[in-house]
Amino acid sequence: MTDLRIVGGELVPPAGGRRHLLSVADLTREDLERLLSTARSFARSQERETKKLPTLRGRLVVNLFYESSTRTASSFELAAKRLSADTLTVKSSGSSVDKGESLKDTTLTLSAYDPDVIVIRHPEAGAAELVSRHTGAHVVNAGDGKHQHPTQALLDLYTMCEAFGRLDGLRVAIVGDVLHSRVARSLVQALDLVGAESILVGPPTLVPTGLAPVSHDIAAIRDADVVYVLRMQRERMLAGANFVPSLREYSDLWGITPARLRDGQRVMHPGPMNRGVEIESSVADSRASLVVDQVRAGLVVRMAVLYDLLTAGPVALEAEVGVA
Amino acid sequence: MLVGREGHDDVVVRGARVLDPLEGVDATIDVRIDGGVIAQLGQDLDTNEHRVVDGAGLTLVPAFVDPHVHLRTPGREDEETIESGTAAAAAGGYCAILAMPNTDPVLDDADALRGLRARAAREAHVPVGFFAAITKGQAGEELTELGTLAGAGAVGFTDDGRPVTAAGVMRRALQYNAITGRPLAVHCEEPTLTRGGHAHGGAVAAELGIGGWPSLGESLIVARDLELAAETRQPVHLMHLSARESVDHLRRAHANAVRATGEVTPHHLCLTDEAVRSLDPNLKMNPPLRTDDDRTALIEALRDGTIGAVATDHAPHSAEEKDAPFEAAPFGVIGLETAFPALYTYLVEPGVLTLETVLERMSAGPAAIFGLERPRIAVGARANLTLLDLAGSWRVEREELRSRSRNSWLLGKRLLGRVALTIAGGRVAFS
Repeated sequence: MTDLRIVGGELVPPAGGRRHLLSVADLTREDLERLLSTARSFARSQERETKKLPTLRGRLVVNLFYESSTRTASSFELAAKRLSADTLTVKSSGSSVDKGESLKDTTLTLSAYDPDVIVIRHPEAGAAELVSRHTGAHVVNAGDGKHQHPTQALLDLYTMCEAFGRLDGLRVAIVGDVLHSRVARSLVQALDLVGAESILVGPPTLVPTGLAPVSHDIAAIRDADVVYVLRMQRERMLAGANFVPSLREYSDLWGITPARLRDGQRVMHPGPMNRGVEIESSVADSRASLVVDQVRAGLVVRMAVLYDLLTAGPVALEAEVGVA
Repeated sequence: MLVGREGHDDVVVRGARVLDPLEGVDATIDVRIDGGVIAQLGQDLDTNEHRVVDGAGLTLVPAFVDPHVHLRTPGREDEETIESGTAAAAAGGYCAILAMPNTDPVLDDADALRGLRARAAREAHVPVGFFAAITKGQAGEELTELGTLAGAGAVGFTDDGRPVTAAGVMRRALQYNAITGRPLAVHCEEPTLTRGGHAHGGAVAAELGIGGWPSLGESLIVARDLELAAETRQPVHLMHLSARESVDHLRRAHANAVRATGEVTPHHLCLTDEAVRSLDPNLKMNPPLRTDDDRTALIEALRDGTIGAVATDHAPHSAEEKDAPFEAAPFGVIGLETAFPALYTYLVEPGVLTLETVLERMSAGPAAIFGLERPRIAVGARANLTLLDLAGSWRVEREELRSRSRNSWLLGKRLLGRVALTIAGGRVAFS
């Protein structure tokens, strides 16, 4: 993770330098491996009866959500609580955002409480970057437009690593609407960072070139260890959008069915799923599915991210958590 | 057609390198200006009661002409006024600027134009020409009263900020505009290809997940409007070109004797879409920054004259609006105060373009395209002069900009080449 970036030479980083998690591009392989290892320690702590750790007592984590979210919002909140931090959740509806307050002003307002971390989800690319320019807190990007969703990539890597025991050389087919997916963008970068391979599969109108190898034929998933299914967003399917002629045709050509999978392949989905569209129900509920594991991983990975930003690193963890 | 504050100064510029290649002048001499007119060139001229400017070590050149400026008046005087915009122009070495009509309301009637010209006569530090809209409200449907507007002093016509989407309307505008003889300038953008676009539709935008604004969104309309210009046998001016394909179309049209001209901005000449990775809203422009291949094509076209003018597309935006997530921020950057230093620093100093080419494309080039008096250094010519300190290095500081807005892509950057003095229309506008 990089130090605070200086845009236009205006901002002087606070003493010590604030670290943010804005993009997978901010991470080195060492950062990534350290975060996954910290997450594993937290996973063991979560097997105990008392799940709450005192690690971040007295710290404040603000969750600022401009888009609806179940998984990401709840897991960030629970992650902070399991580490004994105070949490404050602000949603765009029912707040000053409804009254037209700008993201900059909302950031300044919330920063007056001296939060240690601001977690931001926003429909426009560059939102997390903007927040980082106007706060002294560490900023975690929980999704900005179609740009980045780095903690999702981390939890996906964590899940794959638990399932296969390795990441290096793993083959991942990412299927569906890559064009509009921040999840896919972050995941491709993260897989690249750890030496895994990705291939993008889907309709020509929804799969951009230049990110990773591309195939428009669903048969291309056959060599993959992991079939990572993206959500077909309803708004892309409105008549006249013309990304695909119909949902029915999409399901016929690119939907994940039992017949299209081979033994040993595992299936992942960032949620929420459209059962019967991009993924058949029987696949989603099968033993091949890692969807629930992903949600579980979301909690410990976000604990690791908060911990990593706010403390010295993994050594202190061993002492404090006692999970060596 | 240009209007600004009245006034004529008596000045002697002593011992500068006086450079006007089109007049065959390149010598270290004095220049005496009597009542706003160049009276004498030579060694050790009498100064009389004149204001004396020491030009030793500096370079005196024909002042610049900017054919593409947003003065935001009327409607957004918080972002720029005629007074502040022309002060910025004077500080940038400009002796004339042309203002876009996409104000609020849109400049599409003659009374409003007369009102603006009256204000400019009181406030403008350098002479201003006002474009009027091609279509009413820039809605792309009904033509404005082109003849009446020309009679009231419109310098030309454009719907800048928006394309004339319908080919039939554009064709009628070209045909009818023959009666005015004033330039018709077009913003080339095919909206169904650029909707949702915030950066060049290429590898960087795909990687960042930012909506793409592809080169084709520009070049398709460039090709169309060149075809229309050929068919109607009328001239057309293509604004702020950004894509290699557009340049190729323009070069082919010139080969076929189509009367077409083009302009390019300093930011498209100096930057590529790699800069967008910072997600700094001051790197968001319309058209967007493109690839190094496009940038190379634009530089080549400026060098060989396919593109005849540098235009800043000076587009002030308030801090409130620009300080937003990249995708939410409005398009546009300011450029009047940094145009020459940016080109000098990034293109002339490294040897990409000659000083002579840059000076011509910032002055005589745009003047010729828009039918304006050519700034020149010759006895009897009105004084439109800029004194440059080519060795002077300075940092672009937001507090020191004269524009009311601060949305520069150069904030905090160190540039080479400083404007020391601007004489515009015979009057000292900046020193």
